[in-house]
Amino acid sequence: MPQPFNITNKYAAIATGLLIVLVLGAYSYNGEAGKPASLTNTDTVKWPASFGFGKTATPQQIATQDIDVRPDGLGLPVGSGTVAQGKAIYALKCIACHGSAEKVVAGAKLPAPVLVSDSASKVKAIGNYWPYASTVFDYIRRSMPYNLPGSLTNNEVYDLTAYLLNANKIIKPDAVLNAQTLPKVVMPAQKLFITDDRKDGPEIR
Amino acid sequence: MAPKYADMEKTEKDSNHDEPLINKKISRRLLLGGAATTAIVAMQSSLGKWIQVAAQQPIIKADDPTKRIGPGPSVVGKRSPFEQPVRIKSDTSSRTPLQDLYSSLTPSDLHYERHHAGVPLINPDKYELLIHGMVDKPMVFSLSDLKRFPSVTRTCFLECSGNFRTGKENMTPQEICGLTSQSEWTGVMLSTLFREIGVQPKATWFLAEGSDAAVMTRSIPVKKGFDDAMIVYAQNGEAIRPEQGYPARLLLPGWEGNTCVKWIRRIELADEPFMTREETSKYTYPVKDRIRQFSFEMDARSIITYPSYPGHLERGWVEIRGIAWTGRGKVVRVEVSTDAGKTWNPARLQEPVLDKAHTYFRYLWQWNGSETEIMSRAIDETNYTQPTLSQLVEARGADIGGYHMNPITAWQIKQDGRVLFKPESWK
Ligand code: HEC
Repeated sequence: MPQPFNITNKYAAIATGLLIVLVLGAYSYNGEAGKPASLTNTDTVKWPASFGFGKTATPQQIATQDIDVRPDGLGLPVGSGTVAQGKAIYALKCIACHGSAEKVVAGAKLPAPVLVSDSASKVKAIGNYWPYASTVFDYIRRSMPYNLPGSLTNNEVYDLTAYLLNANKIIKPDAVLNAQTLPKVVMPAQKLFITDDRKDGPEIR
Repeated sequence: MAPKYADMEKTEKDSNHDEPLINKKISRRLLLGGAATTAIVAMQSSLGKWIQVAAQQPIIKADDPTKRIGPGPSVVGKRSPFEQPVRIKSDTSSRTPLQDLYSSLTPSDLHYERHHAGVPLINPDKYELLIHGMVDKPMVFSLSDLKRFPSVTRTCFLECSGNFRTGKENMTPQEICGLTSQSEWTGVMLSTLFREIGVQPKATWFLAEGSDAAVMTRSIPVKKGFDDAMIVYAQNGEAIRPEQGYPARLLLPGWEGNTCVKWIRRIELADEPFMTREETSKYTYPVKDRIRQFSFEMDARSIITYPSYPGHLERGWVEIRGIAWTGRGKVVRVEVSTDAGKTWNPARLQEPVLDKAHTYFRYLWQWNGSETEIMSRAIDETNYTQPTLSQLVEARGADIGGYHMNPITAWQIKQDGRVLFKPESWK
């Protein structure tokens, strides 16, 4: 139950008021250039070398989460994949949303992006827009199929990557993808990419 | 006096059917107060008669808030039933109703959303942030660990870099660029965590990874991590909303929204970017015959949110209002044109103007009823002036796409006071 405002509270309020005056006085005395120390931006107490919060990560903890794959192949798992096997998996697990990877139907309404670029439709896809093959592997492994992310085995991801790269006319139908061959795939769009080099300033670019 | 109470008298017959009053004592006090005019006359008579007369008065009007005790305190507040600002949603995003806001802070429940595989439900007790890679001590921090570190609060905007829509006149600020919002964020500086784990000098990039079903990933230069990046766990004073990354997200002030990875679970320090899908296939854009990548800063932009579609303008004085922002520091000036861009006048900026924050601006104008166009442009501390669409097209080519577009937004004022968006085509 909340207490009504009584005499004791009133005294407490007066006491607090006095304390604030005293404290503020002390601060303005200690503060730099008349600024209360409590309002400056640096801690008055020196930071320790380490706060000691958190736990050291174990190699197992890192291994379960460290799923990224870089263009140089770092992060690629053991395993391998082929175009033929990828075709079968695609028909089973991907085609419903992404449509056929062989016959791109222009203007077809799909729930997911088209994954194959052809010269006729100017749609941006793996063949004409993706700069690195590693991204295909990394992205499929971490978030596809959309309705069941993370459900593919590493071999299946290699298979699907091989299939999609072949459908985009980047690797041959008999190519085998693994941790050694995948980083060697050169994507046609890579040479188009530039890092934003705009600087602060008035220029419109 | 008579006209003032005329409506009361009219409802006299119904007065007996008024909703029950809480108890006798209160009802009598309400009656006394409500029947002031009658009461003065009645006071002359006996008390018994006075009450009788007053009781016949139609005292309580259904919509007179001074005649009825309202509901008491509640555990969670809610908006007035007369105010119903809402986000507009699609399958993957929702937009802030910019035209319904009066200042630069976005109510948390109206903050824009953009997610790639829905909003994950994360138990804060099980939440962990792993930091590893090129570091001296790979570490795992629980949410309570993160909260124990020295904390910082800052207000800044977030904006999706795909925040540009055009095409028809009937478009609100929300539809044109509602993928930007502002909050006050609280958390730990990433530099504090970097200091704790010991980032190795060779590390130039870090990967930020979310724990949503997209397992969202972006590569960020380590320099930003040391500059002003934060891991935030609070938004507008309370725990961050699920749609904004509960229980913790990366916040990179001034940088495109997608880099501020929500539901962050992992940071990996490295010596090159990872080239994830969101920084190659997406969030990149054609510039002439090239594809520009790693555009992080959001360029200066502004929009007039009042008057705007679907509003209607009255002749006479009007305070033009809107927001301006830049990812490259502070907005130093906002200029408003009321003659379709021929002349520009400085708007008043609401102080304090914060770094990388929505800045509210106002410009007083007298509309004489003739047809015109009104528009605003932001100028930031790097001396960059918000461009027109044609300037952007000229600089980048006709194939610009929708990323990192910050053109001046114009509103057409029709003679009858209608306010319509002015869509521009460029192809
Ligand atoms: C339930 C529908 C669905 C299924 C099934 C599905 N996807 Fe997707 N996929 C999507 C959606 C939606 C996106 C876009 C996600 C986004 O933009 O964040 C997408 C995006 C992609 C992309 C990136 C496209 C781009 O241009 O950036 C690739 C590659 C991809 N999916 C591969 C696959 C593969 C391989 C499979 C089969 C294992 C698959 N998807 C199954 C819905 C699906």
